[in-house]
Amino acid sequence: MQFFFEVLVGGLLAGLMYSLVALGFVLIYKASGVFNFAQGAMVLFAALAFVTIVEHGVPFWAALLGTLLIMLVLAVAIERIALRPLVNRPPMTLFMATLGLSFVIEGLAQTLFGAQVHGLELGIEDVPITFAGVSASKLDLFAAGTAGALVLVLALLFNRTRLGLALRAVADDPLAALAIGVDLRRVWAVVWAVSGVVGLVAGLLWGARLGVQFSLSLIVLKALPVLIIGGLDSIAGTIVGGLLIGATEKLAEVYIGPAFGGGIENWFPYLLALGFLLIKPSGLFGEVRVERA
Amino acid sequence: MPGNVAVSSLNPLLSVRDVCLSFNGVQALNQVSFDTFAGEILAIIGPNGAGKSSLLNVINGLYRPQSGSIFFDGLDRPFMPVQEAAAHGIARTFQNLALFKGMTVLENVLTGRILKTKVGLFANALGLGRARREEAAQRAKVEGILELVGIRSIRDSVVAKLPYGLQKRVELARALAAEPKLLLLDEPMAGMNQDEKREMSQFIVDANEELGTTIVLIEHDIGVVMGLSDRIVVLDYGRKIADDEPAAISVDPAVIAAYIGARHTAQA
Repeated sequence: MQFFFEVLVGGLLAGLMYSLVALGFVLIYKASGVFNFAQGAMVLFAALAFVTIVEHGVPFWAALLGTLLIMLVLAVAIERIALRPLVNRPPMTLFMATLGLSFVIEGLAQTLFGAQVHGLELGIEDVPITFAGVSASKLDLFAAGTAGALVLVLALLFNRTRLGLALRAVADDPLAALAIGVDLRRVWAVVWAVSGVVGLVAGLLWGARLGVQFSLSLIVLKALPVLIIGGLDSIAGTIVGGLLIGATEKLAEVYIGPAFGGGIENWFPYLLALGFLLIKPSGLFGEVRVERA
Repeated sequence: MPGNVAVSSLNPLLSVRDVCLSFNGVQALNQVSFDTFAGEILAIIGPNGAGKSSLLNVINGLYRPQSGSIFFDGLDRPFMPVQEAAAHGIARTFQNLALFKGMTVLENVLTGRILKTKVGLFANALGLGRARREEAAQRAKVEGILELVGIRSIRDSVVAKLPYGLQKRVELARALAAEPKLLLLDEPMAGMNQDEKREMSQFIVDANEELGTTIVLIEHDIGVVMGLSDRIVVLDYGRKIADDEPAAISVDPAVIAAYIGARHTAQA
């Protein structure tokens, strides 16, 4: 039983890390209906920028601040240069634009920071601590705690404030939002800036876990099942979806993995997501589109 | 040509001066000028394609005219930036509805008050005392408006599920929630039957009398317009052809010609 809990806790902690990546998607999707495929590239860019600055001998906090500024500039620039001119285009056009953007950002990262693999030290050791007989990695606990706190703050900000209402209004109908006096440019700038910050946090945490390398941008693929299960436009959904994915993939690996010769943790989340698409296509918390026939 | 009404000796709330607007050579508005005075209901009428909606779009800043100027409540602009228009108290509804369909009636009307929220973001997010009091005041205001247009009972319905006539009312309520000085209504009664039109007219009159809102509206139903408005501006092919009280408009030869008489060119 203790082994079960240990696997479960490990899974839940990993799940919150998935939530963090999914969160970046949800923010942008909520405010502009864009599925921002470049989120993964932004995560990579943030991690690479931070590591490079630190390797030049800059102290931790200064490097963090510097990377934060870089991410803010990058995110707002993406919105201004690439997406604003495409306002009101079909979702597929916007998606393709962000797909292209992800390659541009990765290329930019490679040009600026090189292609080597870096280690990233957050000053938290990856050692297990044991509580009530269940042990978990200290780094995982820290990462999960940070991710959870960030999601909570953003959920408060977007669900309880007039900015949140403005955001939903903009996503629902930009023209109507404009007419009631919502400053579209400001809303989009704020949302992209926040997604840049989320990218930074995700980049640092995932970078510390996996090492900073180009495959880091592939964690977007891990976020997809989380988004499908939690709903594309629900901040709370990213938490639940992340926890669900994290827990089930680890448990499945341990308990039913051997029957398939192991390695099922890589595809199990997609199977789960497929099931959700069949039964509840808008996700657990996603907004159900209501159309009058 | 423009008729002079008694109130015109006062300063107008809105003054559109010599506005010209064209799209790729098609002249939508040609040297259009008119005034609206505080507290009146002004109707803009004219055949299809006369430039009525374009004129509203110019007033609230969705279109930028090539020349002319717009004066509104102390602002004097060659064009009206849409944000500034909203911030200074111009609200509007649209011919084809521009509601947030995925939100409830109450949420839609609350969005109308986004510009009226003063409390900062963080106080708001944390639900601090000041923010709570403001929230309560906002709700009270919105309740009053829901009552005024008679949609209190459907406040929690998702807008997309409502019939068209009720959606029109929700849009009116959202516009009124902003406590506008000037309310622009683009065909508020389009597609309604006589009963619905009568009801909608009553809401418009109530808004005008109880809230003191100045209203500029576009409407096709001449009967409704005659009964509702203090003054009527008639557009035809982007030009103003008349501007007078309803009684004078109904006997204006130019108006009669535009509506029923003289055929325009290029008609087969």
